[in-house]
Amino acid sequence: MSKAHILKAIQAAKPVPCPLPVVPVFEAETPPTREIFGSVAAQSGSRVVRAEDFVGLATAVRTIYPKDISIATPLRAIQSDIDLQQASPADLNGVDVAVIPAQLGVAENGAVWVTEADCVHRVLPFIAQHLVLVLPEDRIVRNMHEAYAQIKIDDTGFGVFIAGPSKTADIEQSLVIGAQGARSLTIILI
Amino acid sequence: MKEHATKAAAFIQDEARTNWHDESLWFVRSKRDKAAHGIPEWEQLRELASQIKDHTLSHLDEYLEAFEAKAKENGVTVHWAADAAEHNRIVHSILQEHNARRIVKSKSMLTEECGLNEYLEEQDMEVIDTDLGERIIQLKEEPPSHIVMPAIHLKKEEVGELFHQKLQTKKGATDPQYLTEAARQHLRQSFLQADAAITGVNFAIAETGGVVVCTNEGNADMGTHLAPLQIHCMGIEKILPKAEHLGVFTRLLARSATGQPSTIFTSHHHKAKEGGAMHIVIVDNGRTTQLGRPDFRNSLKCIRCGACMNTCPIYRRSGGHSYDSTVPGPIGSILTPGIDLKKYSGLPFASTLCGSCSDVCPVKIDIHEQLYKWRQIIAEEGHLPTAKKQSMVMAGKVLSRPGWYKMAGKSARWVTRWLPRPLIYNPLNTWGKARELPEAPKESFQEWYRKNRSAS
Repeated sequence: MSKAHILKAIQAAKPVPCPLPVVPVFEAETPPTREIFGSVAAQSGSRVVRAEDFVGLATAVRTIYPKDISIATPLRAIQSDIDLQQASPADLNGVDVAVIPAQLGVAENGAVWVTEADCVHRVLPFIAQHLVLVLPEDRIVRNMHEAYAQIKIDDTGFGVFIAGPSKTADIEQSLVIGAQGARSLTIILI
Repeated sequence: MKEHATKAAAFIQDEARTNWHDESLWFVRSKRDKAAHGIPEWEQLRELASQIKDHTLSHLDEYLEAFEAKAKENGVTVHWAADAAEHNRIVHSILQEHNARRIVKSKSMLTEECGLNEYLEEQDMEVIDTDLGERIIQLKEEPPSHIVMPAIHLKKEEVGELFHQKLQTKKGATDPQYLTEAARQHLRQSFLQADAAITGVNFAIAETGGVVVCTNEGNADMGTHLAPLQIHCMGIEKILPKAEHLGVFTRLLARSATGQPSTIFTSHHHKAKEGGAMHIVIVDNGRTTQLGRPDFRNSLKCIRCGACMNTCPIYRRSGGHSYDSTVPGPIGSILTPGIDLKKYSGLPFASTLCGSCSDVCPVKIDIHEQLYKWRQIIAEEGHLPTAKKQSMVMAGKVLSRPGWYKMAGKSARWVTRWLPRPLIYNPLNTWGKARELPEAPKESFQEWYRKNRSAS
């Protein structure tokens, strides 16, 4: 049995116990503002806008993505063109824009925490051509330490920090936006 | 196996290409510096990461058991593999149980180390690597040359020609945007048709029984969330005690790897999707042996960011393939001798011991010191190449005999001054291959001292 074998080998090989350090929260002097979050997110290729500047969420989505007709969203405020409860994951391949509520934003890296419960289908934020995350403005924290203190990573079966549109630099280090996942990310602050 | 030096010599034949390779990697290293300097507590984070890993390695058995128990509670099936062969057999049997034949894989150095693709292909299964760089080298039938940027050694013209042949892109097209789009269309079909998805693991959390996978492309997520079966393969050293420790490691990983503040996707998998199945394979494959070596166990802290490669003056100018190992560069040169000392005896010498690798390592592995220690072991066990061995024996004799030493100095001074160039820069003088020997002084320090100081 390899498990017993491996554990025995570890017990014979492991060093004397070392203490586990306490991780501080590293609170910066500046509060985790919308401005810092917005500028860091922009550097990673995300677009950050405020819903109130568009007279509401639905208008914001339609204004930013005027040509993309099919929208998938679990949000009641926006008309969904596909019934997420009925669809299979593969059915979502034709979705132009996914609009998904998000739980938390991180100012230091522009990442946004999204869980399975928010997406209905885990694949939705990845398979849609464009992704819109809707984030309450008061849910922005400073850094990843604060973020992990506020979320519970095993609350649902799957959760993800999304820090921009899908990208790659695998051909000669040239940055290309839109590798396998969404080609653009818009974060709408509410 | 050809020596690293031999392969490196072949790589540097094309000087323009060598310079291009060197600059590409230095560019990434510079981005890393900028990102690191933006975090005031950067050095503190490195120290914390190092200590968390020390702690975890010293309780590794307990954390692995806790991890397994929690994962099982989450409905995940956990497997243990002592070596590469068992890992491959386990993955194959899981796939068979689920009647899976078409597999999409996201980047995983572990499955590369185990030779999983070749094994599954022999069993008549189709494995598609889905990270763009990995897909490029898979189509080119080459191993990766870097652990984060697998195709960093290729020019866009080469990728264009390859895609023209394999993906029917336009002849002569080299625009990265266009080529990436072609790969996107091609891979999307593979994702939609896949029966199973296999990923590596960046971090596994003992407290919650979940695994964390980091990508920029979103390929691991496209795979795992579309295919009914997901398999995550991890080395035993990937464990972290608690979710809060992810705060430290996610801050370090992407900044060290590419200079980004975060990988685009940091995915936390705890349970299978509705109607799906999730398996985790925990692999030893020589890691417990490395854990038992006090001088080298630190290498198990590695989080595979690749920063040591990007900064290494040897790696940058010799290319990843010259190392002939799954993990190349400085970290590869201290990991691989522990797996096969004879085969990889040349790698610890593929270094100037400048220490830049240790300086940038986010978990503070003493890489250059371990390179030096491996050299001692390689010499003791008699794996030095004959020329090096004999010259070392000779040097030992000369250095331990003052008379011989004086004589050697005198003749070297005479030789470099008076012998004609072709006789000095002969093929036996490897030091003279790409370097000018320094101008020899007229006298030795001893002679100078006797003349100028000993009288006073």
